[in-house]
Amino acid sequence: MKLINHSNVIKKMKPRLMKNVIMRGLFFSATLFGLVILGILFYRVLTQGIGYLDFQFLTSLPSRKPENAGVYTALIGTVWLMAVVAPVSLLIGVGTAIYLEEYASKNKFTNFIQINISNLAGVPSIVFGLLGLTLFVRAMSLGTSVLAAGLTMSLLVLPIIIVAAQEAIRSVPSELREASLGMGATKWQTIVRVVMPAAIPGILTGGILALSRAIGETAPLVVLGLPLFLAFLPRTVFDMFTVLPMQIYNWTGRPQEEFQSLAAAGIIVLLVLLILMNSIAVLIRNKFQKRY
Amino acid sequence: MMKQEVNRNTPSVQELIAEKKQKNNLSKMLEKIMPKVLLITAILSILTTLGILFTLLIETFTFFERVNMKEFLTSKSWYPFSEPGTFGIMPLVSGTLKVTIIAGIVAVPIGLASAIFLSEYASDRTRRIIKPILEVLAGIPTIVYGLFALTFITPLLRSIIPSLEMFNALSPGIVIGIMITPMIASLSEDAMSAVPRSMREGALAMGSTKFEVAIKVVLPAAVSGIVSSIVLALSRAIGETMIVAVAGGSTPNLSFNVTESIQTMTAYIVQVSQGDAGYGTTIYYSIYAVGFTLFLFTFLMNLLAQYISRRFREEY
Repeated sequence: MKLINHSNVIKKMKPRLMKNVIMRGLFFSATLFGLVILGILFYRVLTQGIGYLDFQFLTSLPSRKPENAGVYTALIGTVWLMAVVAPVSLLIGVGTAIYLEEYASKNKFTNFIQINISNLAGVPSIVFGLLGLTLFVRAMSLGTSVLAAGLTMSLLVLPIIIVAAQEAIRSVPSELREASLGMGATKWQTIVRVVMPAAIPGILTGGILALSRAIGETAPLVVLGLPLFLAFLPRTVFDMFTVLPMQIYNWTGRPQEEFQSLAAAGIIVLLVLLILMNSIAVLIRNKFQKRY
Repeated sequence: MMKQEVNRNTPSVQELIAEKKQKNNLSKMLEKIMPKVLLITAILSILTTLGILFTLLIETFTFFERVNMKEFLTSKSWYPFSEPGTFGIMPLVSGTLKVTIIAGIVAVPIGLASAIFLSEYASDRTRRIIKPILEVLAGIPTIVYGLFALTFITPLLRSIIPSLEMFNALSPGIVIGIMITPMIASLSEDAMSAVPRSMREGALAMGSTKFEVAIKVVLPAAVSGIVSSIVLALSRAIGETMIVAVAGGSTPNLSFNVTESIQTMTAYIVQVSQGDAGYGTTIYYSIYAVGFTLFLFTFLMNLLAQYISRRFREEY
């Protein structure tokens, strides 16, 4: 008895294979789409902004005349912002991760913290701006200072650091902990001298990624009321300041073509900064990957 | 002389014991204090959520003391700057939804197709090259996308659709779509990669083509992860600010026209923050009411995504 109608199968096989090849092509071009867009984006920004990019652009104050304008105050402001965000968010984030991974028992409260962190990661950045405006700018009357913006940004990137640090701590093998405890070390000694050194590459990578999110973010700072235009540098964390994305946003909003080219030049500076930070993250990851 | 020297350098056993005890006390203290300190840092993340909720609720409450809640929810016009202003959230919500839907139309097919390619067709090497590049796309600051929408996509679209206004819903919608595509691609690819190999091999052994395996076996098995990635990405699109603030315009109106200037909830908050609306004015409080509406939208979508990925997960 013939169970399979061979001629029928052969007849149907060809269109099925054709379909496979065509769809493969479609899927591939969809993947290429993202890469092409990235290429166009970089090309556009480069051709638009390269003309304004020189040493003078990096060292000049913002100006009404496009040919004299520069990003000096904004660039220094971004460095100030990083100086506040990095320690604050790392301390709180790593602390939370150590607590959740090493101390907390698996109960409802821990579960609630965990769910809360993943929800916090989904809150739009502009809402963090509203929180910062009420809490830091008004209630603590910090004004539009480096500290107010830094604390707001720290809260914004906190979930990223916590999740990265948790993963890093979790990937430290438990044999290391047990060996340390077996040698008579206390829990805190084990954490500081055994777990942390092993987890530090993962934590640093996550920290750098979080920091690069913080320096590229604009929306919460607009809500805080950071000036779009500033001709002096902050001296302490309580001083007014502005950052690169704000300066770029300011130029983007002007109707004249020259200012949009300036915005593109500012973007190049910002992207170079981000690429540098990300390469450091990749370097750290590659250097310390899989030692166990 | 010699003897004295020795005495000075080596402390007595008693001293050694005392010193050791002191050290022990210190480390015992640390042992007791550190868990509490760490717990406090963990609680900070909860306090952040509570802080967001409280600030939004309290200021929104003040807003509703001045503006009727019924007007806020049902009025079809949003003219906060006129005297007396009208505050109907619908035009802002419609602006946000228009942009989000356009973004979804762009991102869902492209993101899914990329995910299928990466997980089902691509070799290990190709995947290792392409995935980080897509992640770069996701890491670009949104202000960069904003300038891209305004100075590249909008002129490009205007050469195709002459009636398109300088500020419109279409261009930022498309660019937000581009921005969230990597998110859908990456998360969906994770979900598809988690489908066991044996299921694919079974289907292939029965004579399926790779396409049939992808559509009829892998997609249904990974559907919970895929749908939740789409919901998460759309919630990102709703909360996106700088792209619409730069390229979307500032004309809130309730319509389905995507070629005219719009205003989203986020863009309104930006507009007010930049202006001189003083502390304590109704306009000042209105940004919290709008922010609260935005927060509710994204919060519900995030909950939905979590629910889908938990409820409809296929366990193997």
